[in-house]
Order: sequence, then C-alpha cells, then structure tokens
Amino acid sequence: MSNQTTDIPARSGNITAVPAVTPPVEERKGLTKKEIAADHPTWCPGCGDFSVLALYFKLIEKRKLWHEKITTIAGIGCSSRFPYFVQGHGAHYIHGRALPFASGVSLTRPDLHVFVFGGDGDAFSIGGNHVNHTARKNIKMTYVIMDNWVYGLTKKQTSPTSPLGFKSKTDIWGAVDQPINPMKQLISAGATFVARTTHTNPNHLLQMMEAAMDHDGFSVIECLSECVEFYEGAFDSSNPRKGGVFNPVPADHDVTDEHAAYKLADTPFPGYFGIFYKVNRPTKNKLEADINAKAMEKVKGKKDWELLKATFARMK
Amino acid sequence: MGWASFLSHVVIGRSPNPRNNLNFMSEATLSAPTSGGSPKISKISEAVIRIAGNSQDGIQAIGGFLARLAGRSEQEVMTFMTIPSTISGGPSIFQVRIGSGEVLSAGDEADVLLAFYQHSYENHINSVKKGGIVLFDSDHVQVKPEWEKDFHHVGIPISSRTVEAIGGTAKDKGKNIFALGLVAKIFDLNVPKLEKLIAERFTGKDESITKTALMAFHAGYSFSLGNVIETFQFVESQKREGAQVVMNGNEALAYGLIAAGVRFGAGYPITPWSDVMELLRRELPKYGGAFIQCEDEIASISMALGGSYAGRVAVTGSSGPGISLKTEALGWAVMAEIPLVICDIQRGGPSTGMPTNVEQSDLNIACFGGHGDCPRVVIAPSNVEDCFYTAIEAVNLARKYSVPVFILSDQSISTRIEAFPEPDFEKVCQDISPDLTPVTTHKPYDLNAPQGVTHHVAPGTRIMDGKYPIATGLEHDEMGHPTGSPKLHTQMTAKRRKKLQSLADELPVPQVYGPPEGNILLVGWGSTQGPIREAVDRARAAGDSVSSLHIKHIFPLPNGLENIFAGFNHVFVVEMNDEGLYGYGQLGALLRARYCDPKIQGVTKCDGLTWKVREILERAKQNIATGIRKL
Ligand SMILES: Cc1ncc(C[n+]2csc(CCOP(=O)(O)OP(=O)(O)O)c2C)c(N)n1
Ligand code: SF4
Ligand SMILES: [Mg+2]
Repeated sequence: MSNQTTDIPARSGNITAVPAVTPPVEERKGLTKKEIAADHPTWCPGCGDFSVLALYFKLIEKRKLWHEKITTIAGIGCSSRFPYFVQGHGAHYIHGRALPFASGVSLTRPDLHVFVFGGDGDAFSIGGNHVNHTARKNIKMTYVIMDNWVYGLTKKQTSPTSPLGFKSKTDIWGAVDQPINPMKQLISAGATFVARTTHTNPNHLLQMMEAAMDHDGFSVIECLSECVEFYEGAFDSSNPRKGGVFNPVPADHDVTDEHAAYKLADTPFPGYFGIFYKVNRPTKNKLEADINAKAMEKVKGKKDWELLKATFARMK
Repeated sequence: MGWASFLSHVVIGRSPNPRNNLNFMSEATLSAPTSGGSPKISKISEAVIRIAGNSQDGIQAIGGFLARLAGRSEQEVMTFMTIPSTISGGPSIFQVRIGSGEVLSAGDEADVLLAFYQHSYENHINSVKKGGIVLFDSDHVQVKPEWEKDFHHVGIPISSRTVEAIGGTAKDKGKNIFALGLVAKIFDLNVPKLEKLIAERFTGKDESITKTALMAFHAGYSFSLGNVIETFQFVESQKREGAQVVMNGNEALAYGLIAAGVRFGAGYPITPWSDVMELLRRELPKYGGAFIQCEDEIASISMALGGSYAGRVAVTGSSGPGISLKTEALGWAVMAEIPLVICDIQRGGPSTGMPTNVEQSDLNIACFGGHGDCPRVVIAPSNVEDCFYTAIEAVNLARKYSVPVFILSDQSISTRIEAFPEPDFEKVCQDISPDLTPVTTHKPYDLNAPQGVTHHVAPGTRIMDGKYPIATGLEHDEMGHPTGSPKLHTQMTAKRRKKLQSLADELPVPQVYGPPEGNILLVGWGSTQGPIREAVDRARAAGDSVSSLHIKHIFPLPNGLENIFAGFNHVFVVEMNDEGLYGYGQLGALLRARYCDPKIQGVTKCDGLTWKVREILERAKQNIATGIRKL
C-alpha cells in the first residue's frame, strides 16, 4: 500500500487526485512515539487492546508514516475507541459501519493510508454485511479486528465469536448459538489478505500489520485481544507464557490456496497464526480509476462546465 | 360550431372566466360532433394530451418526444406519468401539457385522450374534458355508445396499420411512433423537428431501426383522418428566452449535483431515486468522479460521509424506506459536523407503501428523523428547473454550515418533464476540490466560532502543532475529545443549533404569489407549486381573493413568515400527506408549532396522485364552509 501512494495529482478536480502539499520526505524526520500518542487510553489495565495500539505506533514509526497521511477509523466498542489514542486524522464513526465510511475515504483519497480498528461485534454482528461487501469489492485499506469473543463496552453480552457454552449476561446458561469462524468467513467473502495474530505476540502482530499495510487491497487481521474484565483467560491456550502453544502457519502453506486456507481455519483453538490467504485481485480503487481514465481520455482538454454544456446540448 | 371550439384553451372565443368553462362545456354535449365540410384549423394556445396504454408500448417515448419538441419550439411543457410498479409492465399513462404561454401544471383534464386498449379507454375517459377528443385503437377498443355524445370519438386501427406500415415481424411494436404521427397531424406539429428527434433517439443503434421508426411515424402522419377531425395549430410562443433544455426532475437534480462540484456519492437502488444514482454512476467518471452502488442504505450514507470527511461534499439519497435506514448515520453527521447532501425522492409510505405514487409525507423524517437533538437543513425544489439549482444550493449550504442537507423531491417531480432555459454553465459550475493547505493549529469544534460555524480539516492536511482532530459521534470538547460534561453537552448542542439559526437569518423571505393581502393564502412546498399557482390564477379570474406562498426552505424556515400570514384571513397549507392525528399535514403542523396561529389550517390528501387545480380550490372552499375545526 505504501509504495502505491500517489502524491501528484493527475488532473485537478479529480477525486483520485488531490493537491500535494507535503514537503519532500527527506526534510522530515520520522515521528517519535511521543508525537504519535494522543489521549491516554481509557481501556482497563491489562486489556489486550493496549498492545495493538503500541504496535500500531511502532508501525507508524518504523514505516515513517506522517500524521496527515494516515487516517484511523473505527466503529463503536472498547476496541473502537482506538482513534482517540492516535495522533493523526481520524474518525470515530457509528457501530458496525466503519468499513463503508473508510471506503469513502479510501476511494476518494489514494494519497492516504486508511486503517480501521474494531471489535468482533462491530465486525461480525452489526457490521457483518459490510465486511462481506468491502471484502468482495476489495477496497484498499487495512482492517484489524480486535477479537475478544465478547461485547466489552456494553459489559459482557454474547458476541458472534463467543464459543458455545460461554456464560454471558445474555446467555446465563452458556452461549447456544454457533460462533462464526472469522478466517473462513473473511476468505469466503473475498478478502484478498487474511491473517490471524494475537496481542500476546508483539513481533508477530507487527509483522502481520506490516504485511497487511503492504498488501494492495482489502487486508484483514483477526487479532485475539483479551478482555480481562469480561473474558479473562479466553486465549491462554494460545499463549506459551500461560502454558499454551503458539502455532505459526506452517512454512509450506500456500497462501494463494483457498482450500488449504480453509483447512488451517478449521483447526480447533488455538489454531494457527500467520497469513492464511493472500491473493492479488484488482482493487475497486484501481477498477474505478480505470473507468475514470477511460472516460476522461475521451473528453481530454475539456473543462467540467464544457462537459455539462455538451450533455445539455443533447437534451434540447 | 365544431366541438373543438369548446376546448377551454381555444383562443378564439376563449372565456374570460376559466371556471365557467366547465359549465359551458357541458353544453357541448348537446351538439354532437358533425362531419361534412372540410376540416378546420383552430388556433390554440395550449393542449393537454393524455396517452394511455401499457408501459411496454413505449407511451413514455411519445410523451418524451412531444415534450422535447415543445422545448425546442420555445414552448412551455409539463408532463405527468404513472408507471406500473411491476416489472412485467401494465397500465400506464403519460400526460403532456404544451403551452405557448406559461404552463404551471400537467393539467386537470385532457383535451385529447389517446387510448390503446379497452382498459385505457374505460379508465381514462373521466380525465377528458367534455367535448374532448378520444383517439382510440379500433383494433382493441370497443366504443361505449353512452360516451359518444360527450366526446368526439375517432377510431383508428393503430395496431394493424402499424404492422402494415413496417412489416409484420415486429408485431405491433412501433405503434407508439405511428400514434405520434397521428398526434403530429392533428396538432400540426413541426415534422422535420420530430424526424430529427426520432433519429437522435435511435442514434448508435442499427440504422434500420431509425428507418422503421420514421416509416411508422409517416404512416401515422399521413393516415387519412378524412373530415372527421379538425386540426389545431399552436399560436406563436410568447416566450423567447433562447435555448431551452428538456428533462425530468431526477435528471435536473443529478446534473445540478455535478454542476455543484460533487464528484463522489453512494447509494442503493429504490424507486424513484434509482435514476439519480444511475445517472451519476454513468456521468461522474468523465469528471473524474465516482458513484458507488452499496450493499444497503446504511453503507451508502456511510460511504458518502467518508467521502465528505475526506474533503469534498458527497451525496447519498434514497426514498422512504431507505431514508429511515440512514437516520443513525445522519445523526453522526450532525454531531461530527460533517457536510453531506441527502436526496429524498418521496413516494407513498410508510413501509414499502406506494412505490410508484407521489406523497409529501417525508417532511417529518427529513426535519426531525433520528434520535437526539439533531438539527439539519431541509430544502425542497418546486419544479424541474429548481431541482438543478436546489442541488447546487444544497451543496453550498452543507459546505458553509458543516451540516447534512436534505433535498426533498418527490415522485411526481422526479418523473415529470419540463423545459427550462439552459443554465449559464461557466457561471454555475463550481470546483470544490479539497483544500489541503497546512494549518498551524486547528480546533475542530471551536465554541467561539462566529455563529457556531466551524469547518473540519480533511485528512491529508498537515497541522503544524501536531494536534490532530477526530471526527466524532460522541459528545466532545472543542478538540473533538469525548466528554461527559453537562456544560459542554449544553454548549455543543447550542452550537449545532445556532448555526442553523444564523442560516435562517440569511434566508430570503419567500414572495407571495398574487396580492400580499387578502382572504385566503395557500401555502405549499415542493412539487405542488405549479398547481397551487394555477389555482390562484383561476380563483382570481373568478373574483376570489386568493394568493399563495411557496416555502422552499423548510428547515430552518426563513424569518418573517408571520408578517405574511398576518395579511390574510385564512392560511391553508396544501400538502400531499395525511391530516394527521390533530388535523394538520406535516408542514401545517410545523407552521402551527412555529407560529401558534390558529388560522393556519390543513388542506391535505394522500391518494397518491398530484393535486388537480380544481381539487385545491374545492378543498379550500370546503375548509371555509366547515369553519375552523380546531384551534
Ligand atoms: C446501533 C447501536 N447498537 C448498539 C450499540 C451498543 N454497543 C456499543 S459497542 C457494542 C458491542 C461492542 O462489542 P465489540 O464490537 O466486540 O467491541 P468490544 O467492546 O468488545 O471491543 C454495542 C452492542 C451502539 N452503540 N449502537
Ligand atoms: S472491558 Fe474488556 S475490552 Fe473493554 S477495555 Fe476493559 S478489558 Fe478491554
Ligand atoms: Mg468484542
């Protein structure tokens, strides 16, 4: 994604080109963590979301992203408070709809890196259909789903990823609805980059974020992020420090093999961590830009008002 | 005297009192049409032609040709159509009123009915003036003898003659063009201009299609009507405003958005909004823009808001059910103070309601829909031309006040075709590209900003002090940080309200149509402007003291309306919606709440049809007769 960023407008007035105002890169030093951090996070001490934030800061530092070039967008949930904690342009949108909002930014502003953060309820319950359609359209952005298997902000209701038997306030006897399998769902929806990681393995998390950012398309990461308040210990069996196992995706896994990816996704918890699936398919950003280029080639040299005048001439 | 002289608009012998014509014309029934002698040519100043058939017969095309011809002849024109809500087609009408003078509505009654089928004939005979012409396809229609004395019946084997003219393989396809030829003959229309329009319509298609169409047209045109029918000629148009363009309200709206500089939008199909999104999808790429079809209306408004947030006002739109889905996101736009244009092409509701009928029942959702104290702007175009300019105004209000703006159009204005003077393109087209000039510091929700008006800076803008804003739906402080402070919530709510109060101060006070003082003031909004004004003209011609006021800016209302109301004994708010639990339509209730004036009363209906001029006057009279119902 970073290498495809365009700074120079192809034509003024075009949504796919905006005036470049950033001074040459060499004049600016990379941002420090201090410059990237904004409000102090309001999360509970020990919440997994802290490490996702810390590694996002690392990513910005390491990849020398500028404040004005990133846009951090989220829906509603504990995890979705994310944008307030990051210094840079951002939007805290409504529950479940961050993806279409981010799509509006991505499709009109190829000069920006669009990052979306949110929870499992935001992604797979209220926002489920938006996940499907953003994936199928392959709109360029990076989406980190901070999966804690529970509704954190609203204080412990069953989430679409809560395992069977999980006792929540809405399932006092234990959850009875079949949980969704995020990896399978994302792959079948048409996401072109699908990875899985966990907040307890910072190196891996950063590695996944970098790979996702560099992917030209809709890149999604499911990051297990423990809710210490309402689902403590949910992911212990994936954490070697808690006696669990962290299984990386096998080195010989072919990331372009959809069936192999489903097989990996079928492995019972703690399953595998890494890139399950990654293919290149034209992004909607590119497809729309191509449509524009073709249409604009035909009317080259004409001003917008002349185009409209010509159209009205046919309506006399 | 021939029957045609009884048409109210015939210039010769025109009654000075149009209302009396109704009575006058019923006398025409006494003089049954006579044949013999050579057909006369009568000069007329306007005509209402109703074409009734099935939608798949291309009757919209005939109407479209007539409307565009009128536009090219500097005439005024207005159309009205109904379309079946089923895909397989079904009964459908297209009514076109062409005038050499001002045309305000599509006309209450038709001078000519062109009926393709028995059902077209039987269902629409009531819409024809007594003494009017009924042209019918004698291959399909059986004349009812009891109607023969009231209407001049002219049967023509339209279907079989079309087949004869263009060859039988296409069955009776092309009979609409044959019928157009007949109409052209009867109204002495400009044949070369019509030929050109036909040829233009089929350009890009197989050449033989144009040839066949012209064959059908000429077969109709040269069909011998013998002596049975008189022909007409429009008097020279008084209007010479130069080039006119002809289009429907949805087209005007979509092109207005393009002129305003909108280059991004998102939507989900729904009648009657779909045409707008289809047009934008097709047209925007050559301007470097894009319109995206989304998975639903929530995604659509969200994507459009993303575009607006990214620096250029974007558009979304829908009709009834889809507008309901957008309201949560609308609240975010109000709270985050992000500009947006939302088109609502109203149809009959609630729920799926009457998808292909007209209603003005979304005023409440546009002004008040959503949770919380959520001020936004609502404006309504009053005719097709106004759709174009309203779109530009909406974009500019959204930008100026950082607020979502509703454009309340409706089914009737969206499909009706009107001619209007070509805009001054160089002047009206604007560039609203995002401004990404770095700023030293930025307070997104500055409470000291004049009138509470602030603007967000788009991503991509460098803020030199390193403090970046978050556009947020949570109540926030001046920097956009979440807050639960009672004081800040009060102040921020006031800020969002004050912006629109300052807009109200700037709005022009609408002009009264007719004298500024009198007995009755008819108040309207949206697509009803034409019929209401015609009602005023008709009433005044009959000596009644009636004026009208059309309100374009519905929310906020302009200041000073109370002074206008003070000049009248009765204020009747004419709307196409239900009288509601308390006896007032939606604008009526709003005006009563705003002005506490008991003389404000409702004249409402919700039959899914546009107002007839006669209906408005009858209902107003009835209101006076029954007295003021509720105070
Ligand atoms: C339309 C709407 N419905 C419900 C809510 C209440 N709500 C806020 S966050 C949330 C669920 C959060 O769960 P998740 O997305 O998993 O995020 P987490 O808090 O676990 O990070 C709900 C139901 C809301 N804000 N908006
Ligand atoms: S409730 Fe859970 S998810 Fe929310 S901040 Fe606390 S630990 Fe994190
Ligand atoms: Mg959760």
